[in-house]
Amino acid sequence: MIYDLSPVWISLATSIVATAITMVAGVAAASWRERRSGSAYAIFDGVALLPLVLPPTVVGFLLLLLFGRHGPLGKLFLRVGMTVVFSWPATVIAAAVVSFPLMYLTARAAIAQVDAPLLQAARTLGASEWRVFRRIVVPLAAPGLLAGTILSFARALGEFGATLMLAGDIPGRTETIPLAIYFAVEAGDMRRAIIWSVIDVAISLSLLFALYYWARPQSTTRAQLGRS
Amino acid sequence: MALEVQIEKRLAAYNLSLAFATGAKPLAVLGPSGAGKTMTLRCIAGLERPDTGRIVLNNRVLFDSAKNINVPSRDRRVGLLFQNYALFPHLTVAENIAFGLDRLAPYERLTRTRDQITTLHLDGLENRHPRELSGGEQQRAALARALATNPEALLLDEPLSALDTHLRSQIEHQLLETLGQYRGAALLVTHNIEEAYRLGSDLLVLSQGQAAAFGPKEEIFRHPPTVEVARLTGCKNFTAARAISPNEIEATDWRCRLRVTQTIAKPITQAGIRAHQIDFVESHTATQTAPTENVFPCWPVSTSETPFRITLYLKLHKAPTTNDAPDLQAEVFKEKWQQFKDGPLPWHVCLSPQSLMIFPE
Repeated sequence: MIYDLSPVWISLATSIVATAITMVAGVAAASWRERRSGSAYAIFDGVALLPLVLPPTVVGFLLLLLFGRHGPLGKLFLRVGMTVVFSWPATVIAAAVVSFPLMYLTARAAIAQVDAPLLQAARTLGASEWRVFRRIVVPLAAPGLLAGTILSFARALGEFGATLMLAGDIPGRTETIPLAIYFAVEAGDMRRAIIWSVIDVAISLSLLFALYYWARPQSTTRAQLGRS
Repeated sequence: MALEVQIEKRLAAYNLSLAFATGAKPLAVLGPSGAGKTMTLRCIAGLERPDTGRIVLNNRVLFDSAKNINVPSRDRRVGLLFQNYALFPHLTVAENIAFGLDRLAPYERLTRTRDQITTLHLDGLENRHPRELSGGEQQRAALARALATNPEALLLDEPLSALDTHLRSQIEHQLLETLGQYRGAALLVTHNIEEAYRLGSDLLVLSQGQAAAFGPKEEIFRHPPTVEVARLTGCKNFTAARAISPNEIEATDWRCRLRVTQTIAKPITQAGIRAHQIDFVESHTATQTAPTENVFPCWPVSTSETPFRITLYLKLHKAPTTNDAPDLQAEVFKEKWQQFKDGPLPWHVCLSPQSLMIFPE
């Protein structure tokens, strides 16, 4: 009955680190993109959203080409003595890449709804772009940014295809809950698969509750903004 | 204190092309919606970039297309009051005011914030959020925030248009007081003729992105240089006209000859009179003391009432037939109207020579 619980810790650690990376990269990319207009930037949008539309296995395969022994980034890591493929960092990379579009999209929507005159007012008051971002954009877009973070975390937690391609299934190192379930079913261990599934549902449900909790303050903030 | 502006900017509907300078006296920029008023303010504040031109504030070049200078908003020291005030909704009044003072020592920051709170009568509202303030309080908070940073120029974009009508006169009075104490160059934009006159000292009339008139407000209202400026400053009555002697014109649309006080030097094409300057007199056949110059019989075509005044649409010389367009629009106080409204028709109007405006080609 007592199983090795390592998939829970690996899943959580992977999701947390991947979400942190995604959050910083997604918000930075979104705020950079929101200050620019022009059809040329549509190419950037396309690349940023690619992991959302491609099958995770394709994303994983592309990452494998990129980070493999002969891939451009793989060679770079090899120079500092690191092999990314089939290691724990690979699970983080896979999860971060697939969850990035969700953070990027939500952050862009959240940043776009911050009233432009507020940013301009801050600038006429002598604020630097960084101060405008930190004191005006982030607090006013916070509910949306949090929702994006939770969505990204959920996506990272559920990641399977790209992780399997890039990190493989090494129990105790790269085996996350979704991989554990898959290989339990493959091995015919239904009991094990069910237990992992229940744990996964529990984690996901608490996340959805958290999302609901954060979505509510967001709607009241919007109503207040509309009124003032 | 001096702000010199010379800008050109291509816009969708027209080209903004302006040159003016202003000092310590508040300058009112008057023009219809979409004349380029707000765009002008945004160019000065650095929120929009003109195509070409130069903006200089107290000998500091803020923008110069020839030298490729474009100082960012944050370094311009130009305060801008947005039309909807743009207060930061997540910060309290005090935090809003202190926002631009982050480079000061905490003590000085506090002192300056307190000073602004007192000056703009915001005591007791320091810890409120913008949504908990009335329109007038929001305006004062936004003014306090802009003034706290000691800007060298203060730009006000339609400062009263977001307020309820019944609040306006009192808030306008406070605004006038604030502008009076302000030592920098003040510029305010409005489409309201009376607001422009009361708040501004000099007047810049904008039309389609061009300066139609620029000078002391009294002068522009008394002698508008063009028909367009007369119209933009509220004149309602115009007629095609030509000079027939050095001080007499023929007003073709009004089918009459009119005496004027100014000696006509240049050929003229139009004449006009403001609605409230049309005088109702008793017929000169009835009394000897009534004026005789420029007096004509008239008939009412229609009327339009406001609480204290009435606008009369009049037909000159003969009784109007159905669908007849009125020649003149006159505005009188109701007390005055009571005196002659039941009198026999025709009434008599005097288009006094002092009030007539003539416009050269």
